[in-house]
Formats: sequence, structure tokens, C-alpha cells
Amino acid sequence: MSMPFGYASPEQIMRDRAEYARKGIARGRSVVVMQYADGILFVAPNPSKALHKISEIYDRIGFAAVGRYNEFESLRLAGIRYADINGYTYNRSDVTGRGLANLYAQQLGMIFTESIKSLEVEIVVAEVGEEPERDQIYRLTFDGSVFDEQGMAVIGGQAEAVSGRLKERYREGLPLAQALEAALFALTEPGGERPASAQLEVAVLDRNREHRKFLRLTGPRLQRLLDETTRPTPPAEPSPAPAPETPPIGPEGEIDTGSGE
Amino acid sequence: MNNLFTNTGSPSFTEFLGAYAPDLLPTRAQALAAPVEDQIPHATTIVAATCAGGVVMAGDRRATSGNIISQRDIEKVFRTDDYSCVGIAGTASTGIELARLYRVELEHYEKMEGRSLSTEGKANRLATMIRGNLAMAMQGLVVVPLFAAYDPDRDAGRIFGYDVGGGPYEQRQYHSIGSGSIFARGSMKKLYRENSSPEDVVLTCLQALYDAADDDSATGGPDVTRKIWPVVAVITADGFRRLSDDEIAEYVQRMIDGRMTDPDGPTAPLR
Repeated sequence: MSMPFGYASPEQIMRDRAEYARKGIARGRSVVVMQYADGILFVAPNPSKALHKISEIYDRIGFAAVGRYNEFESLRLAGIRYADINGYTYNRSDVTGRGLANLYAQQLGMIFTESIKSLEVEIVVAEVGEEPERDQIYRLTFDGSVFDEQGMAVIGGQAEAVSGRLKERYREGLPLAQALEAALFALTEPGGERPASAQLEVAVLDRNREHRKFLRLTGPRLQRLLDETTRPTPPAEPSPAPAPETPPIGPEGEIDTGSGE
Repeated sequence: MNNLFTNTGSPSFTEFLGAYAPDLLPTRAQALAAPVEDQIPHATTIVAATCAGGVVMAGDRRATSGNIISQRDIEKVFRTDDYSCVGIAGTASTGIELARLYRVELEHYEKMEGRSLSTEGKANRLATMIRGNLAMAMQGLVVVPLFAAYDPDRDAGRIFGYDVGGGPYEQRQYHSIGSGSIFARGSMKKLYRENSSPEDVVLTCLQALYDAADDDSATGGPDVTRKIWPVVAVITADGFRRLSDDEIAEYVQRMIDGRMTDPDGPTAPLR
């Protein structure tokens, strides 16, 4: 039997799409989402102050994404609409991370099967609970698969290597500074230099906060926290040459515009 | 559901709601068979005054339907974001719904755009929502809010008043709305001191509410036997804070002790 010219089997089409999406995602840097003593911590190397990879969705729900900026931005906005409309229709406590993860899974899955190009994104939806046992972290991939992660999730380019390093340092109920230290250890290649505070996007869902749990850690607050993480680790070591006070002029390497290029 | 993903218009939640689920808007356009008047609960007096580095808002706890007290412990002062709050007077049900929508509106913008609205922007947005309710107001479902916010650009508190047609009217120093507002305003006129500490202004507001309750039957005074106290919110650079019942009880006790010997409250110096 002869196949018509230009025929590609469904298996082949799916494989190609997945391959395409994976390549797009692999270009971006990783993002770490993990539990700590008071909630959930998000850490992303991101030199841009305007194009966020981490965002608030609702009172207890946060969002992190890697890949193409325009694609995950539209997912983020849709998530905010979903959360706000449900919270307004029913009650604020009726908006759940599980519902949001399902919504994203449907949309991602639909685009993966029906469009020529799947979305080149990987996202995390995290919800902080009243107690640590009720925290939830969902990881969603470009094809709409949902993974219910325990304690931590890594998305983006070198996800496997990063999560391997994160597992070495991760403990349950780490205080914030130590959790940040673990995340930075995981995000830094062995022998590599840690990103400066200006190159980092850090946020928490802190269960002890009132009303809205999401809080971005920026400026002096983040710097203090970073100082805490670096100081206690090398206690015996004589202090090396102090780092220059002035921050680097610009980010090293290419600026991640979020376009995935 | 696709609407959620494709609607990429403005960051206004109200506009989105109008397109996505118009039935949920408090300002529905359907006409009432007969104007409602006194049958449904009305919220009464709200006062607000600026203090050093911020603003204080307080509201009594009474809701009335005509001559009936329909609720003794209604709450009429709502946090709308970290640096602002609204108090409502008029039809309680519409007012509560409006305050809830307004809170989502401010938050929605903040999350969509990654920044908070300016204080004027917040005040204007509320004006549009009140104007949208004009048709209902003409049928008796009148809502008039009072908006107070801490403006980080000025490092000061600001107060905005409205009428049924919208607004906003920025008010300097202090303002009050609701049935007891005339009495409360007269009281504040004599007791308000510019740049007082937040603690002093809280007391000024409580005195004004007491004076309003003294002369207006629809305004409730502090209920000492049931321990129902006015709702008091203080907004400064540290954000919105609603005073706990214990804190307010202390203020109220001090005020009542004073009024035991001087039933009309503190007097302002004549010269």
C-alpha cells in the first residue's frame, strides 16, 4: 500500500511536536519551587525586573513558568481571570490550586493535540495551606501532563541536573534562608558563580501572612537574606577578597528576554 | 472557558465580568417592579479623618429598615487592598456587593499589570462603579461609599467622597457619610486637629460616631452590654490595619468614662 505524499503518522507528529517544545524549553534557565518552614519559596535566575517568571495568582496560589514569555504570560493572565472570577462568584476560599492546575492542563493538552505548534512552556502552580502537609505543588508540562510534586519542583533547561543538586540539600521544614541557600546551590553549576541579588527573582507564599500570602522579596530585604545564606556556610575559611560593592554593570551573557531565543 | 484565555483587553475585572458573566455585576440593569424604600436594610454612618502619615476610618454597626434595627453588628468598613479601604452607606446589600467587587477590581489590576493603581486611579475607578449603579439608585437602591487611602507618593492619607452620580470629590482633613453624617461632621469640625497621631484621630472618630448616634436614630452607639464596637481601620505606610475589639474597647471605655461626667463629650475652646 502506498502512502500519500507528505503523510506523517500521528505518532511521528506528536514526537516532533514534543521534540520542538522540549528544545524551546531547554534554552531557558531553570526555576526552583520548594517548600520551606513557613510556606513555599520560588527562585528564578532572571535579570529582568519587568518580565516576571514568578507571579501571584490568588490569595494562596503562586505561579512560576519557563519558556516563551508571551505564551506563559497569557496562561498567567488567564489563571488570574479564572481565580478572580471564581473567588468573586463563590468565596475566596473556593479558589484552589488543583482547579487552576486542571484548567491549565486542559488548555495545554488541547493546544498540544490540536495546534501545529505546542506551547513551549513548563509551569508550576503552587498553593500554600494552613499547615505544611496541605501545601501543594503541581508541575505542568507542554503536553498538559500534571505532576503532583512532593516538597519541590524544578522546571526549565537543566531541570534534571538542578533537581539532582536540590535533592542533596533539600530537607523538610528548612528556614527561609537555608531554603534559599539550597535553591541557589541547585541553580548554580558546580564551580560556577552564584547569581547576584539583582539577577534573581525570589518570592514566597508565606502562610503566616494575612490576606494575600504572596510576597516578592526584592532589594535590601533579599540582599539581607542572601547575606545570611552565604555567611554561616564558610565559618573557618578566611574571608576572601570582599566582593565589589557596586553591582555588575549589566547581566553577563545574553539577556533573557523571555522570548526563548 | 475559552474566554479566559482569549480575552486580552483591559486589566479591569469589572469590564471582564461584564463580558463574561454580566449577571454577577451588582449594577444589573433590570428595573424593579416598585421602588424599594425602607423595606431593606440600610447602612448608616461612616467617618474618616487624616492623621500624621495616614488616615483613619470608622463605621458604626447598625443597619436599619425603616424604624426597625435589622442588624446590630453589620460591618461597613472594608479593606480593599493593602493601602485603602471603603466604607459604605445606603442600601447594605448593594453596598457590600460593590465593596467586594471593588476589592477584586483593585487586586485584579495589580496582578495583571504588576503594579498598584495610583490613588487617584483607585478613586476614579470607584466613581465609575457608583455611576453604573445610578439606575438602581433612582429606584431606591442608593449606595454612597467613602474611600480612604494612604498615598505613598505623598506619604499622607487621602479621603474621597461620592454621590449617587459618581465623583470623586477629594476631601481635606475629614469627611462623613450616611444618615448621621451631619452630626458626625459637626463633631469632627470641633475635635479634629491636623497632624494628630493615629491614636488621637481614632478617638476623634469614635467621639464623632457617638455624637452621631446621640442625635440620629439610625446610627448605633457602642453597645456596651453586647460588646459590639465600631469598626475602626487605620492605614499608614505599614498598610491597612483593622483595630482589634480589645483595642477599640479600651478607646470606647475612655470615651464613655469622660461622657459620664460630661454627656455631650469634650468641648472645643471658645477662644
